[in-house]
Amino acid sequence: MKIHEFQAKQLFKAAGVSVPQGIVCKSAEEVAAAFTTLGGPVAVVKSQIHAGGRGKGTFKEHPTQRGVVLVRSAQEAADNAKRMLGSTLVTIQTGEEGKQVSTLFVEQGLKIARELYLGIVVDREVGGPVLIMSSEGGMDIEEVAKHSPEKILTEPFDAVAGLYPYQARKMAYALGMDATAVRQAEKFLPQICRFFVSYDCSMVEINPLVITEDSQLLALDGKVTFDDNALFRHKDVVALRDLSEEDPAEVRAADTGLSYVKLDGNIGCLVNGAGLAMSTMDLIKLHGGEPANFLDVGGGANEDQVTEAFRIILADKNVKAVLVNIFGGIMKCDIIVAALLNAYEKVGFNVPLVVRLEGTNVEIARDMLKASGRDIISATDLTDAAQKVVKSLGA
Amino acid sequence: MSILVSKSTRVITQGITGNSGLFHSQQCRAYAAECQPGVDVFVGGVTPGKGGTTVDGFPVFNSVIEAREKTGANTSMVFVPPPFCADAILEAADAGMELIVAITEGIPVMDMLRVKRGLAGSKSRLIGPNCPGVITPGVAKIGIMPGYIHKPGTIGIISKSGTLTYEAAWQLGRVGLGQSTAVGIGGDPINGTDYIDLLEMFQNDPGTEGILVIGEIGGSAEQLAAEYIKTHVTKPVAGFIAGQTAPPGKRMGHAGAIISGGGGTAAEKITALRAAGVVVSDSPGGMGDAMKTALSR
Repeated sequence: MKIHEFQAKQLFKAAGVSVPQGIVCKSAEEVAAAFTTLGGPVAVVKSQIHAGGRGKGTFKEHPTQRGVVLVRSAQEAADNAKRMLGSTLVTIQTGEEGKQVSTLFVEQGLKIARELYLGIVVDREVGGPVLIMSSEGGMDIEEVAKHSPEKILTEPFDAVAGLYPYQARKMAYALGMDATAVRQAEKFLPQICRFFVSYDCSMVEINPLVITEDSQLLALDGKVTFDDNALFRHKDVVALRDLSEEDPAEVRAADTGLSYVKLDGNIGCLVNGAGLAMSTMDLIKLHGGEPANFLDVGGGANEDQVTEAFRIILADKNVKAVLVNIFGGIMKCDIIVAALLNAYEKVGFNVPLVVRLEGTNVEIARDMLKASGRDIISATDLTDAAQKVVKSLGA
Repeated sequence: MSILVSKSTRVITQGITGNSGLFHSQQCRAYAAECQPGVDVFVGGVTPGKGGTTVDGFPVFNSVIEAREKTGANTSMVFVPPPFCADAILEAADAGMELIVAITEGIPVMDMLRVKRGLAGSKSRLIGPNCPGVITPGVAKIGIMPGYIHKPGTIGIISKSGTLTYEAAWQLGRVGLGQSTAVGIGGDPINGTDYIDLLEMFQNDPGTEGILVIGEIGGSAEQLAAEYIKTHVTKPVAGFIAGQTAPPGKRMGHAGAIISGGGGTAAEKITALRAAGVVVSDSPGGMGDAMKTALSR
């Protein structure tokens, strides 16, 4: 689960991680008032959407308006806010359709001496969290990693003990911080690492982490991704979820216990098991088709889940054919076919359906499909299924 | 011959009074009884607070240590729900279980980091979590896979995925191959046992003649496995990597199946495996044939 920048900063602040002063706004009036309250000669008005690249992004309705702007008066702040609120921001991460902006975050302007990069992730090879820093703040870290990997510093730390002050100093000196900033880093870095562990994050990114002219360290941005499996113990985080930022079909699927990811192709797939579902997408592509989605109905798919899965797949206007690939294990094939036939009835299929079944009670299940009299194309193995579903597109 | 599961394996189920825990304990008991008539392989279970009772003939104990003392079990199959699962795994290790097979899906990553730390230096081996388990066909299965799909034979399977393993076992059957042991290592980013330890075991197992490695996008375990195969494995190896068409940044069902920071793609894993001499099938429909090809080289 992801949250907005302003929410991340509220959590940072509560955890003792320094952030600039900022005010959350929903209207141009609030933005003007926020500018006055912050009291500086300048302030920054920032669009709140989950996607990155906001500073360089522009609005569909106002092609010259940027997603993040520096303003010098309450009036200028309000004028920008009017163009931003309710408009659609397109960045390199949103895709062409963009995201509607409904919240702005107004922050005090800072006298910035340096911009650094800070990230924390769990490193699978190390088997623990690792702090990543770079002198190249504000840049796309993946680009830095590609072109100047020597500028990326990593420091693994113990999830239980946290980041030791000596590790923080090691980073700070390597980044060339002055004495005041090093003392700040000794507190800032262990705090943000503790935050990462205590909130069960899968990623924290502060880009940029700034050092001001008076050597203060502040998180100028904040991106946090939480481990979905740990949300049960973070009710405060769950309360921050913004459903408008998520794909409605993916939310709907998750509510039914399905795992669904929308893709750009035209062949919908319904599969049991994540590995087999991914493989089914690969298979379609290999035979010249394009998968419209990843969909794992799980090991114990019941009729409600299969029905909902079909509805989600068919609601995608791009879908021109559907491939069902089930390897019945403990969940028997005949049970799945019964669910499939009932779902077929309820949903009202209007595109070709290819079904490949294998596993427990497969003979009974195939007979049921045949006896149903439905216009369902039966396939014997993976290759046969892929060929038939791709062919059905042309029919 | 086989790895991990043999005729001396005795299993208790942690979380035996839950629906899945009981159902699969019954399935496992039935499979083992077919393979080894007259021998009790699944000897009981643990649910704290329900010690002293029985469920469908399984004695229930309050703690793993008590279960081990009373039943002589050396293996634990774990079905404990995610919030309490890490604790259950650590309890099994503390009680001296040689093998711990964690089926549970959805354990928080931070909990698994603590488990890894807790298991460091212990004699217990953890398989999983978020896996179908381990089966030595014709001897016993510890997990949720359908037993009859797996035929006894000479191929070792190591896989991150459940249904894809069933698919692989079925395809092997079509080309006349069975398995010595099939191991699901799980689809989570942090797991107990990775490819390398199992490759070593299969390499040293006289009953295994070839190895099938099934991987998926995310992380670099397959690349590390490729390095290991190149230098340590002399037996024929075939492979398949799921997720060649997965978009970056999206979690494909399994918590660990995500391409992040441009790393963990199927293409780089396939390249690494091929460079190590592994016969990799481009299609999931070609796993059995790939194994056959590897064996005939």
